[in-house]
Amino acid sequence: MERLVKLRIDGQEVEVPEGTTVLEAAEAAGIEIPHLCHHPELSPVALCRLCLVEVDGRLLTSCNTPVRAGMEVRTATERVKRLRRLVLELILSDHPLDCLTCERNGSCELQRYAYEFGIEENRFVGPDHARRELPPREDNPFIRYEPGKCILCARCIRVCDEVQDRHVLDFAFRGFSTQVVTFLERPLTETDCELCGQCVAVCPTGALTEKERRFKGREWELERVETVCPFCGCGCRITLHLKGGRIVKVSGGYRGFRLCVKGRFGLTFVHREDRLKVPLIREGDGFREASWDEALGYVAERLLEIKEKYGPDAIAGLASAKCTNEENYLFQKLIRAAIGTNNVDHCARLCHAPTVAGLVAAFGSGAMTNSIDEILDADCILVTGSNTTEAHPIVAQEIRRAVRRGGTLIVVDPRRIELAELAHFHLRQRPGTDVAWINGFCHLILEEGLWDEEFVRERCENFEEFARAVERYTPEYVEEITGIPAALLREAARAFGRAQRGMIFYSMGLTQHTSGTDNVLAIANLALLTGNVGRRSTGVNPLRGQNNVQGACDLAALPNVLPGYQKLSDREVRGKFEAAWGVKLPEKPGLTVVEMFQAALAGEVRGMLIMGENPMVSDPDISHVAEALEKLEFLAVIDIFPNETTRFADVILPAASFAEKDGTFTSTERRVQRLRRALDPPGEARPDWEILCELSTRLGYPMSYRHPGEIMDEIASLTPIYGGISYRRLEGEGLQWPCPSPDHPGTPFLHKDRFPRGKGRFHAVEFREPAELPDAEYPLILTTGRVLWHFHSRTMTGRVEGLHELVPEAYVEINPADAGGLGIRDGERVRVSSRRGSIELVAKVTERVPQGTVFIPFHFGDQAANVLTNPALDPVSKIPEYKACAVRVEPIER
Amino acid sequence: MADLEAALSVALQGAKGPGALVPVLQRLQGELGYLPGPALEEVARRLGIPPARVFGVATFYSQFSLKPKGKHLVRVCLGTACHVRGAPQILAELSRQLEVGEDGLSRDGLVSLEEVRCLGACALGPVVVVDGEYWGRMTPAKVTQLVRALRERGKGEA
Repeated sequence: MERLVKLRIDGQEVEVPEGTTVLEAAEAAGIEIPHLCHHPELSPVALCRLCLVEVDGRLLTSCNTPVRAGMEVRTATERVKRLRRLVLELILSDHPLDCLTCERNGSCELQRYAYEFGIEENRFVGPDHARRELPPREDNPFIRYEPGKCILCARCIRVCDEVQDRHVLDFAFRGFSTQVVTFLERPLTETDCELCGQCVAVCPTGALTEKERRFKGREWELERVETVCPFCGCGCRITLHLKGGRIVKVSGGYRGFRLCVKGRFGLTFVHREDRLKVPLIREGDGFREASWDEALGYVAERLLEIKEKYGPDAIAGLASAKCTNEENYLFQKLIRAAIGTNNVDHCARLCHAPTVAGLVAAFGSGAMTNSIDEILDADCILVTGSNTTEAHPIVAQEIRRAVRRGGTLIVVDPRRIELAELAHFHLRQRPGTDVAWINGFCHLILEEGLWDEEFVRERCENFEEFARAVERYTPEYVEEITGIPAALLREAARAFGRAQRGMIFYSMGLTQHTSGTDNVLAIANLALLTGNVGRRSTGVNPLRGQNNVQGACDLAALPNVLPGYQKLSDREVRGKFEAAWGVKLPEKPGLTVVEMFQAALAGEVRGMLIMGENPMVSDPDISHVAEALEKLEFLAVIDIFPNETTRFADVILPAASFAEKDGTFTSTERRVQRLRRALDPPGEARPDWEILCELSTRLGYPMSYRHPGEIMDEIASLTPIYGGISYRRLEGEGLQWPCPSPDHPGTPFLHKDRFPRGKGRFHAVEFREPAELPDAEYPLILTTGRVLWHFHSRTMTGRVEGLHELVPEAYVEINPADAGGLGIRDGERVRVSSRRGSIELVAKVTERVPQGTVFIPFHFGDQAANVLTNPALDPVSKIPEYKACAVRVEPIER
Repeated sequence: MADLEAALSVALQGAKGPGALVPVLQRLQGELGYLPGPALEEVARRLGIPPARVFGVATFYSQFSLKPKGKHLVRVCLGTACHVRGAPQILAELSRQLEVGEDGLSRDGLVSLEEVRCLGACALGPVVVVDGEYWGRMTPAKVTQLVRALRERGKGEA
């Protein structure tokens, strides 16, 4: 229990926990003390001196003075006021007074205090005050820096160091010349800067501003709409600042100010001219514009025709991890109730299908067990198959902070990803050998007696079979398979085994394998064995890649379950939905993504409806996907932009973007949050939920909702884990499922006293080689992934100029030893080929990848890594093996 | 850059952690005459200090220079005593004759010209210190003499 300290502030008795600062204590008592360098999320530095107070007659800076019992604090004596005024005058003597055109006019903290203190002229300005004349710098895509407006409060320096852990900014030079600069005053893009813009977010003046907003609107003219970031699964709550129907700037984020480059600067795509604005119907080689009535009528007609002729199973639908919960719910309802098939899936198949399969088998629930705000308190963090820094930037920030606080970090990844640089242990396994090292961890933890015997006895089952299976995974055997040195494996396993609160994070690097489900089961074994489930700051934490991939799964855009993972095979469950939906539901599980395209090729699937997905970039073996789409009798695509997939469509329906509709997204930590309409859709574009209602009605199954809130009410009535969720309750932070009843507060971490399946189940899993191994013809292993600056198939980020400029095309990372042997130089164009195709791109010679492995980011449609990848499937979850296939790299003839 | 590597190993010998930064920079400047960017980057990496922080320290102290220095260092005292005896004219004359640019370096790269505040040799003012050697009671004529002597030395070494 923290101790409380009593003191008096301006005669008022205040009681606060020990360690609180005088400034915080005053704020808690409702007494405001002016301050500029202080920021509640940053360490105190007492640089600006504005927060002076009198303590027992002495002058002290309240931001860094801890409270003491019996302290007598006076915050507003004449002396204090006089000195604060002096301090402000000194700060202002270095500051240009160009508030007329300053972007922070109206929200500048210095301006506010100058006004409050009534400072009209300045006694101190002299020839030495030259900093304010320095020219602005704009040598990066997003951030404008005006050194003249800087008051040297060091908030930017501290946020970059303490929160983002980059420390690319610091004070340089001396005296009047002091400035905040980068190393050698380089442009931010030539430093470790991730352009997260948190420096902009915390800057008290106009020194750091968003380039994009310049002259687009003054603070008091901006309308603010609270909504959710549409990129990754971190689920940052953002505020859109709008004027005249345009997004001027973006604020908010994790803990109110933390965002990544995409969330803060990457939302301008919604305003692009090439948005789809009217329905389009194929005519010859091109498309013609059509009315909604005609287009929807035509889609319904063709789908009904196919259903009539070949039966409902000849139709398949791809829902979208980018669309809202309500839209995914309606989509699967349309496919199931209006068409009459379970052929509905979405790209979760290609990311976390093994998670759902594996964790349901082990725990009974297939989602991230714990929450992002628990990371800081973990004492050991194991990250594997997740390039967290680039794919889940906010989670990575928290991991870095946990490490700074003394936590141990273990990274198991073939590539030297950014987190590997601060990891205590970096284990570089050969791609596709995860079961072996995880079993190796378990073997060592058992051998050294570091396992949680009580937890295993009380809460788990099938331990003996598992223990027998890991017996032969000695460090030496594991080294043979994975290439991880036995001694290193031993040390890392020991570190994890000894942890009090061990947190495991994983993502596609673990799941996108033919052994994906086994990998997940092995990870679940490790967590069970060490008792790292069901408590704060522990758990098995699959990071979900898309803003709403969790929700799309929850709402059953999946071929084998009904909303809330209720079993399709369960007669009672089916009965409940049949009663609610008023139709007989098909019992046979439907096709998964890759199976759909195989079925299309075989002529079994004839018509498809795709909502907000781009399989022509994101699916494996793209040439195959193209053939399949070509072969379809009918394809309708709902999207916000024309893309690689809409080219194959017979009808394209223009949808509203995230900023133009209401709904909810469910983040990776199972947090259901409200998306709010901030803009009108362009042209005739409409929200997907409206399109689906209209289409369903035309298919002979009427759907009618006045607002997405009504759809959520229907979801809640049928889906126990969402049972207590309604729009009324979703103001602010949202709710984490399971939330079974209207008075339930939501669930930050799962499996506290029991697992949904009763006991946690160990599984004996054995190492299997990936489907395709390197050979003489294709001697290298290809692995794929993301980069920070782009999202998925770049339909959005490719249309944000600054992001596009940062990484405009694909590249292949290759180890210097491999490059040398092939005569390939850094920056040279090369051809990469697999058994399925070949692409040409630039070589990046780097030690980030180990010898024998190459890496290509998968975002780029023109040089799609997925031309190369192997569609071989995990037998259980049907996920394709994106993360390991055999390729050849060769220089292009000069 | 073999020279750089050698200088770095001298400068970093036995140095560990952020606390060693200033002495390392001093030794490095001793070896190289100034602190080139790539050397600072290496120091940052090997001491585990953010490069921006290293840059901050290197630009804070006047003893460090991030630009190459001339072979010879000429310092002109502008302390009060020297000032009243005409030091500003001496400085201007030196600057003119040596063709010193904004970076403080003579056009031929031979001489770095610096101002200092009081060297404690007020009785000799105006004072100029050339590579540690004091030239007292300077006049414009003696400046010409001094510049000639520096150029002679330069030739001798070339």
